[in-house]
Amino acid sequence: MTVSLPHALAVWRRNASMYRRTWWLNLLPNFFEPVFYLLSIGIGVGAYIHEMGGTSYAAFLAPGLVCVAAMNGASFEVTYNLFVRLTYEKQYDAMLTTPVQPDDVLVGEILWAVTRATIYGACFFLVVALFGLAPLPGALAALAVIPLAGLLFAAIGVAFSLHIPAIELFSFYFTLFLTPLFLFSDVFFPLQERLAGGWLWVAEVLPLLHPVRLARAAFGQGGSWLTAAWDVTYIVVVSAALLAWARRAMRARLMS
Amino acid sequence: MIVEARGVRKLFGPRVAVDGIDLDVAAGECFGLLGPNGAGKTTTLRMLYGVTRPSAGTIRIFGIDIAADPRAVRRRLGVTLQENVQIDALTPVENLRVFGRYHLLRDPALGARIDELIDFLELRSHADVPVQRLSGGFKRRLAIAMSLLNRPELLILDEPTTGLDPAVRLALWARVRDLRAAGTTVLLTTHYMDEAQRLCDRVAIIAAGRVIAGGAPAALITAHLGRDAVEVDCAAEDEAGLLAGTPPPRHRLRSGRRLIAYVDDPAPLVARITQQGGAAARGMIVRPANLEDVFLRLAGHTLEGGA
Repeated sequence: MTVSLPHALAVWRRNASMYRRTWWLNLLPNFFEPVFYLLSIGIGVGAYIHEMGGTSYAAFLAPGLVCVAAMNGASFEVTYNLFVRLTYEKQYDAMLTTPVQPDDVLVGEILWAVTRATIYGACFFLVVALFGLAPLPGALAALAVIPLAGLLFAAIGVAFSLHIPAIELFSFYFTLFLTPLFLFSDVFFPLQERLAGGWLWVAEVLPLLHPVRLARAAFGQGGSWLTAAWDVTYIVVVSAALLAWARRAMRARLMS
Repeated sequence: MIVEARGVRKLFGPRVAVDGIDLDVAAGECFGLLGPNGAGKTTTLRMLYGVTRPSAGTIRIFGIDIAADPRAVRRRLGVTLQENVQIDALTPVENLRVFGRYHLLRDPALGARIDELIDFLELRSHADVPVQRLSGGFKRRLAIAMSLLNRPELLILDEPTTGLDPAVRLALWARVRDLRAAGTTVLLTTHYMDEAQRLCDRVAIIAAGRVIAGGAPAALITAHLGRDAVEVDCAAEDEAGLLAGTPPPRHRLRSGRRLIAYVDDPAPLVARITQQGGAAARGMIVRPANLEDVFLRLAGHTLEGGA
């Protein structure tokens, strides 16, 4: 069985047509969230921090928060929303009475999560740029990191969602996985400067750290081509491995 | 043959859901799978359109092996699931648009087809009302419309009228007849015997995953029971006396004090009971025997009672 892109796009369009109906309700919080973060932590806390990594604290926060926005955008789609479509609404059972196959469902959902992540991330980027925190035009390269972050967290989320029996388990995912990632992945402080030499690998394991480091490089806050290549490789390889795992689970859950 | 299933079995762990079923449905036919909840009807349907894999046996739809090319088969069939799966926030027209895309339908063909189906299922008055505000009858019409978007050659209906009021059931039966007149092959499951008798050319009665009888409804009734059923209140010990002097019934069923005698010609028995008078005569009902009686006879319990 292979993926049929037209069928996957039909699944994508299902979600898009739902989103479009309430687009302004969905979009508005995306603009306010970054404003609150930048005002409170960037400017409020930042007033007590002279400089961070050679720049103002608000400017240090900006690239990381763009990636966090992409992470959140993808995560909501492939966790609660996907699980409800799968188990309560039985939307996929209806799709499977048509030529749509489980692989098409998976690809359509991933594409949609990446789309959603890109909308979130791009909104955040726009606000950050309006605050004058994105050095243009170099920082525009961070726009390419947003869908990568979306893909990574879509893959992680969908693999989790397809392997859990009950919706309550998502509170573990958000509280014990995404929240620590948010707090420790180089967004608020340079994690690797706080780790002892033997523990630097811990930082490399964290999925959010890689898109954040890429975005930081785009914002002109250091980095090297070698590190960037490793970050992209990490994102692609981990996403591919998790999607392969999710593919088996999707077939098992939709077909018996 | 549109549907050709041979020796189909399905096991879920140690539980046998379907236990060796053969089915043949010819082009243009309306075929009914009858049986109580849990008999294996839905599992059988799911295997036919390829989302449940048989543990054994082969299934060909339109002559195509469903295991080999499910996409090719599903392009040409439509399925109305037992539960309505719709997007509550969207209107019927919007739901049809979303669903039409799964068949890769595009405008203007998609719009034209939706328009036809809105008329065909009499959804026009509610075409732009969000599904969450529709009655059960309108939701069911929409579900059937969704399964017709691709002009299916085979329409599979899983309990199409369960829980609907009589007027809606009549309307939906009329639509099924229209589709058949236009050449669509129909395969439905139901536990309503009247539905099966009105719509189906042939039925298969399923209990505990096996076909226990099959054929045309009228033929099944005459083969197993007799044309009419005579129901009376009569204690078991009085039964022989009550029936004395009449031709022995083809079959007798008893439920407490209620006796049902199946006969091809009810006249002698009715005359005898009327002549005796009393409680038996007062509570007597003479009616045509139906598929429900056939099921009672073959499975030894009622359809609604479950397997």
